[in-house]
Amino acid sequence: MTELTLTLIKLGFLAVLWLFVLSAVSVIRSDIFGAKVESPRAPKAPKQRAPKPPKGRKPKRGMPSTLVVTDGPNAGQLVPVTGADILLGRGTDAAIRLDDDYVSTRHARFSTNGEQWYVEDLGSTNGTYLGSQRVTTPVPVDLGVPVRLGKTVVELRK
Amino acid sequence: MSSPATTPAVVHRKRRGAEALLIALALAIVIFAFCAVGLGARGEVPGFVAGLAVLLVVIAVATHLVVRFVAPYADPVLVPLVVALNGLGIAMIYRLDLARLDSLGEEAKQFAGRQVMWTALGLLLFVAVLLVVRDHRKLQAYTYTFGLAALVLLILPLLPVVGRQINGARIWINIGGMSLQPGEFAKICLAIFFAGYLVVKRDALALAGRRFMGIDFPRGRDLGPILAAWLVSLGVLIFQRDLGSSLLFFGLFVVMLYVATERPGWLVVGTSLFLGGALFAATTFSHVQSRVDAWLSPFPVTDGTFQLTQGLYGMAWGGLLGRGLGEGNPYLTPFAYSDFIFASFAEELGLAGSMAILLMYGLIVERGLRIALLCRDAFGKLLATGLAVSFALQVFVVVGGITRIIPLTGLTTPFMSYGGSSILANWAIIALLLRISDQSRRPPPEAAPMQMDDATQVVKL
Repeated sequence: MTELTLTLIKLGFLAVLWLFVLSAVSVIRSDIFGAKVESPRAPKAPKQRAPKPPKGRKPKRGMPSTLVVTDGPNAGQLVPVTGADILLGRGTDAAIRLDDDYVSTRHARFSTNGEQWYVEDLGSTNGTYLGSQRVTTPVPVDLGVPVRLGKTVVELRK
Repeated sequence: MSSPATTPAVVHRKRRGAEALLIALALAIVIFAFCAVGLGARGEVPGFVAGLAVLLVVIAVATHLVVRFVAPYADPVLVPLVVALNGLGIAMIYRLDLARLDSLGEEAKQFAGRQVMWTALGLLLFVAVLLVVRDHRKLQAYTYTFGLAALVLLILPLLPVVGRQINGARIWINIGGMSLQPGEFAKICLAIFFAGYLVVKRDALALAGRRFMGIDFPRGRDLGPILAAWLVSLGVLIFQRDLGSSLLFFGLFVVMLYVATERPGWLVVGTSLFLGGALFAATTFSHVQSRVDAWLSPFPVTDGTFQLTQGLYGMAWGGLLGRGLGEGNPYLTPFAYSDFIFASFAEELGLAGSMAILLMYGLIVERGLRIALLCRDAFGKLLATGLAVSFALQVFVVVGGITRIIPLTGLTTPFMSYGGSSILANWAIIALLLRISDQSRRPPPEAAPMQMDDATQVVKL
């Protein structure tokens, strides 16, 4: 084994090592230059989902401007929607301080990614319901869909 | 038909193909390293390379398939980086085995084979964690169980029957002839415990307090947990004589507290507590004192500074491009295969190669923090941050100690050092990170159309 070959092997190994590091970086370059954003107008096979709600209360398009309490002890109260998270519960840090014995201190949170609002249960005792389904993960909620927390019902309005 | 705009803003791609390519490249590096070691040290390619290549490819394909099916949206670069680091570590351990064979003859201890066995076990644990933990949020339910497990794991080495004192540190337990460091696993349990605890308590920790000299300091009664963590890490330092783990546990807690509360006051409190404890330990305990002395004045070489200075000579001898694999003398440093494996790499790969290795560690930490940013729930965010920070702290403590930035402490270099517990625990950490990453990159559930007619009735009282 000549000195030259060993030097070539040494340099070659360093080159391959750096090639690996750089290709790992190139895989995650989207961290720097941003990820693919799907345009909202892209056709997304609307037939598959959204079989019509039977009662014909079609969810309205667009972003909500208020969160309204429609039923329960605080019925009629509303809070303007700005885009920041909205915390619901009996605690002092809630956006609407619900005066409802069946609601937990930090009960549920409404949050948005800029296009769609989600409701998320914060480990409440009595649960948060969309229709008959208990909310366990962040679930998308549309305009005019009633969300029930304890004896209180809230919905997003335009 | 006016369907609601429910498409999420960012669609993460799975990138499993990119992962497969990177794993292939990582395997090529590892096999190249074995060939280079053989050529450099013996002038011939080691005979087992073909068999090793087949074994590696089989293991890598299996790992890749498991990730593809069990965590399809997981981060694509973590596994390749870890495979490369682990494989390079085994190649260097094999290189040091060859040197020991030359100097001691046939009865010399061989470590590379056992390290391969530990790596295989680590991969099994990796797959098991991915299969068992299908949703990281389930771990939050066991917050205090993990806290207790961490305490038990930390106390185990102090118990009379199972505990073992090796090289001055009482951090080992002996089970069936195998030595394990339970502290490595305590690290994971502690990260889960801190994350679960802080998610619940962070509001009290963040909102109450008073402002002093422009920094928000927490209330006195909220200092309880940080004082407890400080005492535990001081206890590790005093009773187990393990400087590195003590620094790791306390640093992990302070950083997670800071991330959870967004209050720099905790960093001030934590750093001053740590400096106080370190100063106290450095003046009181002889074993800490000798480490600090060796750090401040390694020359002239004494018994206490021999290892450190040998490592420094080795790294200097390596220079910019290194001696070449198999052509340096890293075996002159005591424990070159475990604590000082980074110095061995710096000698044989030089500054260029050791920077690449540090960059790989940096990328692993970056991915961990990125996973924390992407994660949707607070527990997952904190857990990913904690795991990434513990990884970063460990690399900093080891490499900082070897390069004389901080006093030398006995921690393992993740994935590279010889040692079963370290390999197992770090593969488990990667599995947890992949699980959190899979959860957070997965597209959010489609908006299910609500069935309005069967809404639950509110019972009017």
